[in-house]
Amino acid sequence: MNDYLIRFIVGGTVVSIFAMLGDVLRPKSFAGLFGAAPSIALATLGLTIHQRGKAFASVETRSMIFGAIAFLAYSALVSWVLRRYRPPTLLATISLMPIWFIVSFALWLLVGRLA
Amino acid sequence: MRRIDINLSSLKETRPHEYLLRFLFGGTCTVLAGLIAKRYGPGIGGLFLAFPAIFPASASLIEDHERKRKAEIGSDGRRRGRMAASLDSAGASLGCFGLLAFAAVLWKELTSHNAYLVISAAAVVWGLVSGALWLVRSNVRR
Repeated sequence: MNDYLIRFIVGGTVVSIFAMLGDVLRPKSFAGLFGAAPSIALATLGLTIHQRGKAFASVETRSMIFGAIAFLAYSALVSWVLRRYRPPTLLATISLMPIWFIVSFALWLLVGRLA
Repeated sequence: MRRIDINLSSLKETRPHEYLLRFLFGGTCTVLAGLIAKRYGPGIGGLFLAFPAIFPASASLIEDHERKRKAEIGSDGRRRGRMAASLDSAGASLGCFGLLAFAAVLWKELTSHNAYLVISAAAVVWGLVSGALWLVRSNVRR
């Protein structure tokens, strides 16, 4: 229980710090870099290594590569849709979220499980 | 090269409940990533280390703030707000290459070196790759 409370507090703090950096930096395209900061990984890897060891964490980071490619596909599509059709941002970001799940799980199934 | 500025007054535009929402969302996603790894193993759990946790909330906040700024001078800022969110998303796309490099460094080096040193090095690589790509992109667009 304590472990998850620590994860929650550390995760919330790290994510908030990166989000605040994104708020204060200009231009917006530069601030956007912080939208893809490794905030969850930074918050959680130390604990994972401590509890489950480096080998477990290493497998996680290999899968993280697929998650990052999926994030790239998702954010590029969100950017294009917002520029091309100008829907409300929340609608675009939420409705396109399945793209992340499809790409990340497809990569994991096609590439990740082979090794 | 475009100048990078820090505008601290932007922090005042974000309301307390928005800060709280980010914190709760970030904390929840971090806990979920741990629970998923525990239940389904590190292969599936690792995917969620690169989950766009607060991306929808952050991008819609950008639209919201931009719209309010324009409303103060009596114009409709919806179009500008969505363009600002689009730019932010384009920046996040570049940041994803950094995220990928961060994960690759950890995957390759974690088992053979000091863990905290590798995490620090990976964070530096994330910054360098993301920053370099942004510089290249902003120079190409000029």
